[in-house]
Amino acid sequence: MLDCGLDMTSTLNFLPLPLVQSPRLSKLPGLVLKDGSTFLDKELKECSGHVFVDSVPEFCLPETELLDLSTVDVILISNYHCMMALPYITEYTGFTGTVYATEPTVQIGRLLMEELVNSIERVPKAQSASMWKNKEVQRLLPAPLKDAVEVSMWRKCYTMPEVNAALSKIQLVGYSQKIELFGAVQVTPLSSGYALGSSNWIIQSHYEKVSYVSGSSLLTTHPQPMDQASLKNSDVLILTGLTQIPTANPDGMVGEFCSNLAMTVRNGGNVLVPCYPSGVIYDLLECLYQYIDSAGLSNVPFYFISPVANSSLEFSQIFAEWLCHNKQTKVYLPEPPFPHAELIQTNKLKHYPSIHGDFSNDFKQPCVIFTGHPSLRFGDVVHFMELWGKSSLNTVIFTEPDFSYLDALAPYQPLAMKCVYCPIDTRLNFIQVSKLLKEVQPLHVVCPEQYTQPPPSQSHRTDLMIDCQPPPMSYRRAEVLTLPYKRRYEKIEIMPELADSLVPLEIKPGISLATVSAMLHTKDNKHVLQLPPKPPQPPTSKKRKRVSDDVPECKPLKPLLSGSIPVDQFVQTLEKHGFSDVKVEDTAKGHIVLLQEAETLIQIEEDSTHIICDNDEPLRVPEGRKVKFCCSDAV
Amino acid sequence: MPEIKVTPLGAGQDVGRSCILVSIAGKNVMLDCGMHMGYNDDRRFPDFSYITQNGRLTDFLDCVIISHFHLDHCGALPYFSEMVGYDGPIYMTHPTKAICPILLEDYRKITVDKKGETNFFTSQMIKDCMKKVVAVHLHQTVQVDEELEIKAYYAGHVLGAAMFQIKVGCESVVYTGDYNMTPDRHLGAAWIDKCRPDLLITESTYATTIRDSKRCRERDFLKKVHETVERGGKVLIPVFALGRAQELCILLETFWERMNLKAPIYFSTGLTEKANHYYKLFITWTNQKIRKTFVQRNMFEFKHIKAFDRAFADNPGPMVVFATPGMLHAGQSLQIFRKWAGNEKNMVIMPGYCVQGTVGHKILSGQRKLEMEGRQILEVKMQVEYMSFSAHADAKGIMQLIRQAEPRNVLLVHGEAKKMEFLKQKIEQEFHVNCYMPANGETTTIFTNPSIPVDISLGLLKRETAIDAKKPKLMHGTLIMKDNSFRLVSPEQALKELGLAEHQLRFTCRVHIQDPRKEHETVLRVYNHLKGVLKDYSVQHLPDGSITVESILIQATAHLEDQGTKVLLVSWTYQDEELGSYLTSLLKKGLPQSTS
Repeated sequence: MLDCGLDMTSTLNFLPLPLVQSPRLSKLPGLVLKDGSTFLDKELKECSGHVFVDSVPEFCLPETELLDLSTVDVILISNYHCMMALPYITEYTGFTGTVYATEPTVQIGRLLMEELVNSIERVPKAQSASMWKNKEVQRLLPAPLKDAVEVSMWRKCYTMPEVNAALSKIQLVGYSQKIELFGAVQVTPLSSGYALGSSNWIIQSHYEKVSYVSGSSLLTTHPQPMDQASLKNSDVLILTGLTQIPTANPDGMVGEFCSNLAMTVRNGGNVLVPCYPSGVIYDLLECLYQYIDSAGLSNVPFYFISPVANSSLEFSQIFAEWLCHNKQTKVYLPEPPFPHAELIQTNKLKHYPSIHGDFSNDFKQPCVIFTGHPSLRFGDVVHFMELWGKSSLNTVIFTEPDFSYLDALAPYQPLAMKCVYCPIDTRLNFIQVSKLLKEVQPLHVVCPEQYTQPPPSQSHRTDLMIDCQPPPMSYRRAEVLTLPYKRRYEKIEIMPELADSLVPLEIKPGISLATVSAMLHTKDNKHVLQLPPKPPQPPTSKKRKRVSDDVPECKPLKPLLSGSIPVDQFVQTLEKHGFSDVKVEDTAKGHIVLLQEAETLIQIEEDSTHIICDNDEPLRVPEGRKVKFCCSDAV
Repeated sequence: MPEIKVTPLGAGQDVGRSCILVSIAGKNVMLDCGMHMGYNDDRRFPDFSYITQNGRLTDFLDCVIISHFHLDHCGALPYFSEMVGYDGPIYMTHPTKAICPILLEDYRKITVDKKGETNFFTSQMIKDCMKKVVAVHLHQTVQVDEELEIKAYYAGHVLGAAMFQIKVGCESVVYTGDYNMTPDRHLGAAWIDKCRPDLLITESTYATTIRDSKRCRERDFLKKVHETVERGGKVLIPVFALGRAQELCILLETFWERMNLKAPIYFSTGLTEKANHYYKLFITWTNQKIRKTFVQRNMFEFKHIKAFDRAFADNPGPMVVFATPGMLHAGQSLQIFRKWAGNEKNMVIMPGYCVQGTVGHKILSGQRKLEMEGRQILEVKMQVEYMSFSAHADAKGIMQLIRQAEPRNVLLVHGEAKKMEFLKQKIEQEFHVNCYMPANGETTTIFTNPSIPVDISLGLLKRETAIDAKKPKLMHGTLIMKDNSFRLVSPEQALKELGLAEHQLRFTCRVHIQDPRKEHETVLRVYNHLKGVLKDYSVQHLPDGSITVESILIQATAHLEDQGTKVLLVSWTYQDEELGSYLTSLLKKGLPQSTS
């Protein structure tokens, strides 16, 4: 199973979870259906023309009905965002296999899960809405709830014990490490350049190579650059995790981010940056580190609020081996690879587990706050949206591309606060994809259907789709795709003793053949050929039976024969071996050789020889051998 | 026959200047490039002229691998690459790459600045040398070239220490460097998978020692330090800046905290802070416990341990000082030792192995009068204690590693000849593998017998494994050898591929049987007889009156002249030769008397 992501856009249908009682949210009117019925008014609330579920937010799980997950042997994780559904899979589906991921992926993935669990568990919600999920009821609801897919499968957030149990099933791996799976295939993670420890995977046997390219980046940010060379010679390349915002240039967005931030602060406003606790935030902090002095922002406090803020900042500094070259060299000095260490040391950046406690004492405005969750449905960000939303001096800057910012903002409308959309998505865009495919030249490309056509909102942009030859094979949710590949060969090892015993015969110039009769041993999907065991020596005791009395145990197969018999030479050979009365008769198709004394008749034709022996069995055997020698080859 | 050749240029029946040449399948690899602490002349470096007398070493070596940052494993590297001349790749782990140049610079300073030697490598040479270094991750398969690949395993000995697997085709060698099979307070235990190398080259520093549990040693150490400090004495612990030092610091730090002790602990300056910083940044290389808790409390931020100043050595009252270097052969540790040696209240604790020729080695072997520079005699009255904290595997650990890796041959380096001899016997007895212990400059040749990888057509393989994949079974195929490819296919496929027609060879034999009954009755008797004898074969009686045994055809006709004789025609192809001749001879013996 490749990756195990969680669709969190489902949470956009829910009301935010405020950290402190929000009069605004609690006063929202209940939904009245078109026919005037109000039975859903406890579950569904209306806000500025949108309908939201008033309940604990729920997530959309990966498809688990299509196949029996207990038959999945291995899950390969490509980056920390793509493992968020892991506890649902490992704890509730009968899955008993192994999960493979890099160490940074696991550590940061744990932080993301911890933050998620924490921000939902700290705001206990009495109500759990389920009536609206009834198919009959859902039909009556306004969009987008009406069109939400598989709502019956939506699940509440997992708990920390479940997270820990799931993570304990992960086997840590390093880039370019070759991992044998059951002797049948080898999987290898490669740097994908997108995030700390993010990987593409190669799945290969001796003859077939499938590359799984997911969430890759060719831009120079903090992670180790993408390993492209190792993707070459793929039979199939599965391509996914491209940029969500193909039209935005990440560098330009970072510039806009900085200037909007500076402008707001200069005007006395606060800046709110909804973000994940790891990833782009490191790059943003690094930009700000270079920018704040020149922009005159040295006295503006930067706050990073998350239950895992400290861990995230600390962890980022210890994964030197997974970082880009520049950052690696810093560690050799030894200096921390990320400059946020200095921002913290100089008190320019402060981090807090939550808005409660120390933060409330230190809090100074105007300021810049980085906090989660980017969906604006839970986490400390909800508090600041409520707090700052009413003033047009303040700005919320969206940098994470996973959620539509308009949808994210919907339950906060009407809003006076400025909203800036600077999505920073460093993953591959379509120009980079076509460059990459030209470079690595896979035989076949497999990708999600949406990459094979322009985005629905920009149907004229034919440049915003994958363009390659042969055209990519696309797949949809729950669709089964057969890869165009036929396996022909496997590796087998010939033991040295057996190899020594082989007698190669040159059949054509440069091509030799050898007949192999050997014992085949198969263990852990590895095949080995050994010398066949010697036939047991007949006992030398008096009771010795004639060898031919024993029923032959296994059928030692004779090689196939090929070629034709030169009659003259054959007769000479026979005479040499003491047959004095050889007579040769020509027939329509060949010859008949008669050995009267031996009561034997030999029919020789172009592609067959038949030896008919009347009586004298012992003579037949050496003759048979003769024939074989005279035949040009045994295959 | 393919062979692997190993020649130690250093560390052959010796500890110091580790440097081992390995030739495997046409590739030459140099393992470690160390210096010898016991010598100050030419012998301190390996004799690279063994590789080539003239010309650059690059032409003779495919790569160099450095196992860890200790100078007896990397101390000759700048000399080797910059002064003798080598431009190929040098592989080491990230922490080794980070720390190695610092120790080299330190070594250079002591040799050139303090001892005034010339003709030694320069700072620039260290920098140039480090540019040739390629850092590797644990377990990453590094492709040195098309055929040669290397892979690092965790060795535990010091931060970043690694064992390396060197592999060409299906031949492989594992070099352990220095390793430790028991986790300590800051590092984990060495680990390797069952990689079954043709040869395991292992260190054997503690070839004959079986150490008691680490806990006991730690308790012992703390007790001795505590007692000395209580009676107002000073404790000197000579260490190398990185490695054991951190482990003992963690030990003392927690002890001081628990016992609420006030006596100062110092760490000789220079590398200290930097060293601890490396541990913080490379925390993923430390043991599980430290890694797990580092966000809350970084074990390498010490509260009780302060930087040492030279003047402190003369302060009255008790104190504990960690000073470099670890074998008392130069530098600050030796200076402090000279100051404190005369007082029986004081104590020196040697926490690791000392190379022959060093002051450390002398006092450990019981010498109490030392001749110092300028013919001065130093009388040692202070207590001398030895505690094996150096993180080498002991005899038990070495055996454990062999059990883990399952090598076909073992070769011992980095130890003393006498002790090696003992271990060699033990290994040969217990594992029934050959064990070698070449001296420096001596070449050991190991013959390998690799099996040959061949492509087998899936059709043929499936045919053979379809019934019961687990049971070994006889299979028949034809090996096609063309250019350098080997393919094993079914004989039919081979004929087809090469455009050859099959030549059928058939035998027919007449067997006369005395049986007055009717033909079809004779056939039935033959059928019953064969069915009774050939229980495992498919014997069939066909409607046309003939019998088949597998693909062998038997027909009966009446004798033209003698009605009491029936003629059985037995016919088979060359491929069924065995069964065919067996049947003929069986039938010739006649049919058993009918019981019915």
